[in-house]
Amino acid sequence: MSDLKQELKEKIITQLNLEDIAIDEIADNDSLFGDGLGLDSIDALELIVMLDKDYGIKLTDPKEGKKIFESIEVMANYIAQHRTK
Amino acid sequence: MKAQDLKIKEYCRISNNRVLLNAQLLFEDLGGDFTTFIKMAYKKMDTNYPKFFKMDDLSKLGFLASDILLKPITQDSEKPKNIALVFSNSASSLKTDRKHQESIVDKENYFPSPAVFVYTLPNICLGEISIKHRLYSENSFFIFNHFNAGYLHDYASSLIKTEKADEVLCGWINCDVEDYEAFLYLVSTEGSIAHNKEEIIKLYTTK
Repeated sequence: MSDLKQELKEKIITQLNLEDIAIDEIADNDSLFGDGLGLDSIDALELIVMLDKDYGIKLTDPKEGKKIFESIEVMANYIAQHRTK
Repeated sequence: MKAQDLKIKEYCRISNNRVLLNAQLLFEDLGGDFTTFIKMAYKKMDTNYPKFFKMDDLSKLGFLASDILLKPITQDSEKPKNIALVFSNSASSLKTDRKHQESIVDKENYFPSPAVFVYTLPNICLGEISIKHRLYSENSFFIFNHFNAGYLHDYASSLIKTEKADEVLCGWINCDVEDYEAFLYLVSTEGSIAHNKEEIIKLYTTK
């Protein structure tokens, strides 16, 4: 699980172009949106694409993303349970 | 206000890995590619706007050139400024359009990026600038075959004469696979350079 969390942090920084944020600055339970990493609605759509492309998880209802993308911890748990690749 | 009373207050050029303000060199990095250059220029100009790194190349180019001209005007002002934006280019958003097209060409590997797609219009660049500088002003992005000084002159003059804007940030922001170029100038009632077609062409062609 810790490998998956690390992988997610790397992907988020790279794919969302978070230039000024280092991996070790993201705690597993930090909020990804709002006062945490400050991701926006376009970032949320990018994360939905990333789930599909990299882990074979299709979110049919974008509202699901609100819970799944709460933190790295929550995201990693969801991916571990639902991934098809 | 007569059109001949208007002036060019300041102008900025970013091309050939150099950043110039009023023909004075602010930064150059002749060795790197565009991505490296624009990132170094962003840091050198003390831009401090993390969303910059999420922008496509056209928006980065327009944003940085605009920021150099607008930051001294808007950063300490509590009241939003009525500065219109009138930009132009020949490549529209083609560089990003191609990137998006590459992501959808293979039906077996169809993963278009929302973050790329949102930049498949050139006027998104104007939105980025307006957000940063709190501009609620007129803005237009024209597509021309070549830099069209006469059109930009007439349009900017009209905006100020009809009191649609107090000042107008005008120019050319072009970005394609092989090349990029930004030339922006601020039309105002203040300044020392006459705002006419001949002066605009002279500033644009002096590289």
